[in-house]
Amino acid sequence: MALTIKKVEDIALMARLNLKEEEKEDFAQQLSLILDYTNSLHNIDTDNVEPLIHILPIYNVFRDDVVSPSSPRDEILLNGPLLEDGQYKVPKIM
Amino acid sequence: MELYELGLRDLQDKLNREEVSIREIIESVLKRIHEVDDKVKAFITLDEENALKKAAGLSSKESRKGQIVGLPFALKDVFCTRGLRTTCASRMLENYVPIYDATAVSRLNAEQGILIGKLNMDEFAMGSSTELSAFFPTRNPWDLERVPGGSSGGCAAAVAAGEVPVALGSDTGGSIRQPASFCGVVGFKPSYGRVSRWGVIAYSSSMDQAGVIARKVEDCALIMNIIAGHDPLDATSANVEVSDYTSFLQPNIRGMKIAYPTECFQQGMDEAVKNLVLNALKKYEELGAIIEEVSLPHGEYALPAYYIIGPAEASANLACYDGVRFGLRDYEADNVLDMYCNSRSAGFGDEVKRRIMLGTHVLSSGYYKNYYLKAMKVRRLIKNDFDQVFKNFDLIVTPTTPTTAFKLGAELDDFLTLYGNDIFTVPVNMAGLPAISIPCGFSDGLPVGMQIIGQTFDEGRVLKAAYAFEQNTTYHNIKPSLGGEQR
Amino acid sequence: MNEDYEVVVGLEVHAELKTQSKIFCSCSTAFGAEPNTQICPGCAGFPGMLPVLNRQVVEIAIMAGLALNCEIAEICLFDRKNYFYPDLPRAYQISQLDLPICQKGYLEIDLDGKKKRIGITRAHMEEDAGKLVHQGNITSSPFSLVDLNRCGMPLLEIVSEPDMRSSQEARAYMEKLRSILLFAGVSNCKMEEGSLRCDANISVRPRGQKELGIRTEIKNLNSFRALERAIEYEAKRHIEAIEDGEKLIQETRTWDEEKQITLSMRSKEEAEDYRYFPDPNLPPVKIEREWVEKIRATLPELPDQAQLRLVDNYSLPPYDAVILTLTPEFLAYFDNCLAHYHDAKTVSNWMMGELSKHLNQNNMEINDCKIQPAALARMLSLIDEGTISGKMAKSVFEEMFASGKEPDLIIKEKGMVQISDESTLIKIIEEVTANNAGVVEDYRSGKEKALGFLVGQVMKATRGQANPAIVNKLLKDCLKGD
Ligand SMILES: [Zn+2]
Repeated sequence: MALTIKKVEDIALMARLNLKEEEKEDFAQQLSLILDYTNSLHNIDTDNVEPLIHILPIYNVFRDDVVSPSSPRDEILLNGPLLEDGQYKVPKIM
Repeated sequence: MELYELGLRDLQDKLNREEVSIREIIESVLKRIHEVDDKVKAFITLDEENALKKAAGLSSKESRKGQIVGLPFALKDVFCTRGLRTTCASRMLENYVPIYDATAVSRLNAEQGILIGKLNMDEFAMGSSTELSAFFPTRNPWDLERVPGGSSGGCAAAVAAGEVPVALGSDTGGSIRQPASFCGVVGFKPSYGRVSRWGVIAYSSSMDQAGVIARKVEDCALIMNIIAGHDPLDATSANVEVSDYTSFLQPNIRGMKIAYPTECFQQGMDEAVKNLVLNALKKYEELGAIIEEVSLPHGEYALPAYYIIGPAEASANLACYDGVRFGLRDYEADNVLDMYCNSRSAGFGDEVKRRIMLGTHVLSSGYYKNYYLKAMKVRRLIKNDFDQVFKNFDLIVTPTTPTTAFKLGAELDDFLTLYGNDIFTVPVNMAGLPAISIPCGFSDGLPVGMQIIGQTFDEGRVLKAAYAFEQNTTYHNIKPSLGGEQR
Repeated sequence: MNEDYEVVVGLEVHAELKTQSKIFCSCSTAFGAEPNTQICPGCAGFPGMLPVLNRQVVEIAIMAGLALNCEIAEICLFDRKNYFYPDLPRAYQISQLDLPICQKGYLEIDLDGKKKRIGITRAHMEEDAGKLVHQGNITSSPFSLVDLNRCGMPLLEIVSEPDMRSSQEARAYMEKLRSILLFAGVSNCKMEEGSLRCDANISVRPRGQKELGIRTEIKNLNSFRALERAIEYEAKRHIEAIEDGEKLIQETRTWDEEKQITLSMRSKEEAEDYRYFPDPNLPPVKIEREWVEKIRATLPELPDQAQLRLVDNYSLPPYDAVILTLTPEFLAYFDNCLAHYHDAKTVSNWMMGELSKHLNQNNMEINDCKIQPAALARMLSLIDEGTISGKMAKSVFEEMFASGKEPDLIIKEKGMVQISDESTLIKIIEEVTANNAGVVEDYRSGKEKALGFLVGQVMKATRGQANPAIVNKLLKDCLKGD
């Protein structure tokens, strides 16, 4: 089933990507191709199959409730593109 | 032989016999890089100054107490390195400098290995040719017009070209084994959970696994001894005892039971590749192994399932690149939505965008059940197939890839064909198994790789079979020409 | 409210769980630190970082679940909830969708002596997000600032059934939930610090109708009062819309505390689609029954049990029991008073009356109160012994509340001892009767009420220090004798 341009726009918005008009068409076509490719999965009956979420049978991996020092603020903010007063700066959210 | 041509264990012997100094080793490797990397283009970042500084710091004998003292290694640029730019070959992270070392890196540093630099890859490890690096493509040392494979193409090319004896790579669907195969080196992907993923930039968290690319099996074992093992920082890292992998370096494999799946030797295969792997199986038989044909009936569904699960996880893993705390940022945007969209669109390449969108779609309401959940169920069937075979066999052998290295640009526009490169490697990640690719011959002057798959956490046996084959063949001794005459 | 309609309310409450460190990293959970000083690459969502679950969060969540009569899951799983927002560093929140740790619980509210059971659909563990602060002047600055300290604070999201039918019931539910969480010791529940937050789902339907009406979700309800007001406002808005034949839309709204109205938060860009899927980084949590029982054994006394104890042991009215069990500290105060004093109802009266009044006026918690329970008990004994009158006690209490001094000291310092000495009182009575001959006559001619006036005059003459019971008796004797 081919994805419509509208659908691609919705997906792009959800994924926070801007697409140019020609890109929308390309992606619509490419994504449709891959989705078609995955359709073979529906040849298999999986009604009684449990999804495999974690490949290793491990459970209850915990850490103790112990505080260790956080990162020095100057250090962790080092990669911040835009900062002010020790905080990250973003366009205003209404 | 030049120092840069030697493996870790050989260099170690020379150091122990005091025939060479650490400084000489590092200088030899750096010199080699300066000579050939213009052609190979394996490195994104070279850490020359620090490497020499570390070498100098290890000049006195008293200062040496690690397992790989003074030995050079390099990293796929997916491993975070404290104070050293880590890009994932993406514009998004072009200037990103982590404040932490990945666990695997800390362990190599603790054993006094010397980091030489960071290696090229497909952007965010998505790709099979290293052409999808945002910076430049890496070339195959056997034929500079061909790709080295990917996504750990920089690792495989650098190791093959003698720029570094070992490199750490990451493998989500074949990203260590496929380039190792294309470049005629050894690529080892351990079981899921064997090596900590902490500090390895995520693509698909349920399949990503760090591993080793080297010229010799013994160097894989040596590095595995250091990087394998439980890490409390990675909840999926297995708390399972780690053997001394070097103890498996013995050529006797008599009585070992090796299966080869019918499905991996059928249509779509390059005949030469197929025959070389069949010859390798004969070799194993000669060495006393028991060889039998088996079936992995759901193998053909691994790729389509992989192209749902991988992108789904990636769509979430790559959502953190939003321009707020690190990475590329559109400073002009006057609202948050534009800041997100513009930053991400400028920072990611097409393949990354494609997979993010695909993953976003298959998780969205109305599609989750038919795509994501379906794929996760198929994943179990694939795992069951392997479990079934391993009831009766020790190992499974397949070709690593259906073909040898292809030309640069050949599959750039045809991503479905490109995806097809991983047909034999992807099922292994879906089942979390350990596997190695080792050279098993040449076709038209290009290396061919054989994949050996083991049971979960049975890395030792995989290494043993690989070592036995290597010791009884000479393919690993043949060096690439780097565009010049074959030596 | 229009009696033809019924409001239906369900609440989603986020309670911050009481741990030392965050849910998935070892940063501190302390409140009030400088912005971005309690973050690490993990909780700030840097590349390559992985979450590891804090065991204590699971234990506390189980504890909370048991206190809320929930079934504790045998297996629970974490999911990623995907959405972009600058205060959510990974752009996904680690939460629980299909396999939450607690399900199918309930609590009981007590409204005007009527008990009602409110169902709890589920309670699940999740991480908190950071905070956005508007830079400078909200209208002039084009920027917001992001503080990630709160990222990764452990939360329990508790979702109720739509079982409440009024703003009062919703408030009673919240108060009960808070007291249960406080008694169980799982959360500090400080609404003003954001460690207890509430969203309300509200719909309205004609009485007798089975199907629920169109539902709106109200966020930003940061006090009990806001919760009540918002429900009342929203119910009225729904009813008016229905009456006017307007179409209501299912949407998320926010409570505007200043204007006391709800406002639409609807963004036109997209419908919310969180694309939940299991987080591959976090192995499942398997909860053996043994573990649950071990935790159950450590459960402290909960409000319901405490209320029962208060009613059974001390014959307190249920209303008193509810108030005394609002917080464990309040109840402990009561219990400590009773260790030094015999009459529970008197203690209850004082605690619900003067003590609560003073605490509220000063915006204080019982723990900040300078009056030790033993001191209050002593004061009550002084009343019984006749050392001070009830009226004097109020001013003694005030002084105790202000200074924390012992009642005996205050009485001594101010010379506030009650006059019970008969000879002293007789002198005063003689003066009063002499000065009020007319009233005395009235009494003698049968006007019983006149006695009260005379007692009042004696009290006035002694500035309230006369022992009223003795004055009464002496006056009667005196008037009879003449
Ligand atoms: Zn942290």
